[in-house]
Amino acid sequence: MTQETLKPKEKKALIELLYQLADDDFLLAFRGSEWLGLAPHIEEDVAFSSISQDMMGHANLYYNLLENLEEGEADRIAHLRSPDLFRNAIILEEVNGPGTYLKEPDYDWAFTVVRNYFYAVHKHIRLDSLRHSSYEPLAEAARKIMTEQYYHLMHWEIWFKQLMTSTDEATLRMTAAIQKVWKDFGGVLTLGPYYEDIVKANFIDDENVMKKRWNNKIEAVLKEVGASYPGEPRMERGNGRNGVHTEDLKQATATLSEVYATNPATGW
Amino acid sequence: MTVGMSFNQLSEEEKMTHFLDRINAGEKIEPDDWMPEDYRLQLIRLISMHGISEIMGALPEKEWVPKAPSLHRKLAIMAKVQDEMGHGQLLLRVAEDLMAPLGKNRHDIMEDLFSGKLKFHNVFHMDAPTWGDAGIIAWLVDGAAIISQSMMLDSSYGPYARALKRICAEEVFHAQHGESIILAMAEGTSEQREMLQDSLNRWWESLIMFFGPKSAKETGNSNADKNIMYKIRTKTNEDLRQEFFTKYIPRIWSLGLTIPDDTIRFDEDSQMWIYKDADWSKFKQIVSGNGPQSQNRLDLRRRSYKNNEWVRAALAAKKAN
Repeated sequence: MTQETLKPKEKKALIELLYQLADDDFLLAFRGSEWLGLAPHIEEDVAFSSISQDMMGHANLYYNLLENLEEGEADRIAHLRSPDLFRNAIILEEVNGPGTYLKEPDYDWAFTVVRNYFYAVHKHIRLDSLRHSSYEPLAEAARKIMTEQYYHLMHWEIWFKQLMTSTDEATLRMTAAIQKVWKDFGGVLTLGPYYEDIVKANFIDDENVMKKRWNNKIEAVLKEVGASYPGEPRMERGNGRNGVHTEDLKQATATLSEVYATNPATGW
Repeated sequence: MTVGMSFNQLSEEEKMTHFLDRINAGEKIEPDDWMPEDYRLQLIRLISMHGISEIMGALPEKEWVPKAPSLHRKLAIMAKVQDEMGHGQLLLRVAEDLMAPLGKNRHDIMEDLFSGKLKFHNVFHMDAPTWGDAGIIAWLVDGAAIISQSMMLDSSYGPYARALKRICAEEVFHAQHGESIILAMAEGTSEQREMLQDSLNRWWESLIMFFGPKSAKETGNSNADKNIMYKIRTKTNEDLRQEFFTKYIPRIWSLGLTIPDDTIRFDEDSQMWIYKDADWSKFKQIVSGNGPQSQNRLDLRRRSYKNNEWVRAALAAKKAN
């Protein structure tokens, strides 16, 4: 399918899917960028900031696909939507820990590793499916993104396994982080209210198929590092795909648009 | 040297003569080569300060990473701060090799930073309250850095010269990114131009300070002279500052911006820029950790170092297994 051959119902479903893909990467890239200069060591600062930059680039690709579907300028979409129009999963908007990136950040590295690793596993599964999307511009974007994402997945997997199998303190912190992420990670694994139309148009695989792949992979990894699989991840605070969000998203969008919103019409 | 006589049998004085002959002939000194203790210490001082300045230097711009006013600018500034962090890492590795024979490592560098013993560049102690500052930093601070670092591309210490080659290549992109921000603002609304002029006013004295005092008189420090003798650097602070003026003042003027120094002019007779010198006592205060943002930014580093202690312990335990 191309932009011209999309039927109205398909277009609506595609737009919903693209917002999910774009906003997931946009928010997590933002949370990653807040870590700069605060990572456990300088080598990680270099690697993590490169990953965040890649992810911001991925969000940009998706926002441009939305621009091509007459959703407005990519910059406007990214910076000026009200929080209820965001379609990212709630766990991805969550702050890195107490404090802000400018003042007294008591950021939690265990939470960051778990959230990023679980997300990277899902993103990989999602991209693997999107490579064959019926919407050719999306398939093309997915193939491009995948070449970078391969390294992100590897990066977070190494961190996850190392911290799960080291000191007792690390295991304790990581276990607590898994429990925290588990409460809301179900939000990443869903395709939201337009799920049926999205799947029917073959934009992406059925969410149940992808969910199963994710659960199988994570269950195996947890077993490998001697941890138990806690059952299906939940969605305790609601579904971000429906526009349900927390205060953390408001804070994020206010920061992300602080300068742009002063004058969206001018060149920056 | 007679045939069969090993280098180790030479007296310290003969070693020193041999060393100076090598650097005067343009040879590069490598980490395992003999070098006078003083040369090693000068390099450690210079390179660890340079490295840690790159790392601390990412912090003021980081403040503007999420706030950058378009997706394109967000991507560009993310790439830039990542480069800076990479430069810091590259330089610290060079410094670590030099420190190893003294029994010191990365941990000592960080501890020296936290205690204030290891200083970082004056510009990174300053406030960056608007997006205009992000532009000025990338354009003029990086522009100044290119000038001072290019002079050391031919440094007598091989690993430093090679690291600088890569760093300078990337800095050129940073300055272009900065210039692009500046141009957009200069051609924009009156509010944008005003924001830009404010930033320039705020940064001008720091830019004068960037190259250091004219001579040892101002700070009682002769490191620059020593580094010239060792061919670690080739120009004086004032040479570099003049070069900066020649390159950037016409560009600043062509954008319709005003330099906050009404005495500044090019003197045809001496072929030098005449300008209002910086307040060097203020400079000393700033680099001693009493600048407007010195302690805030150090606190960010101290706090994260402490918060992530368990991560480093976990990695160390993993390595020991």
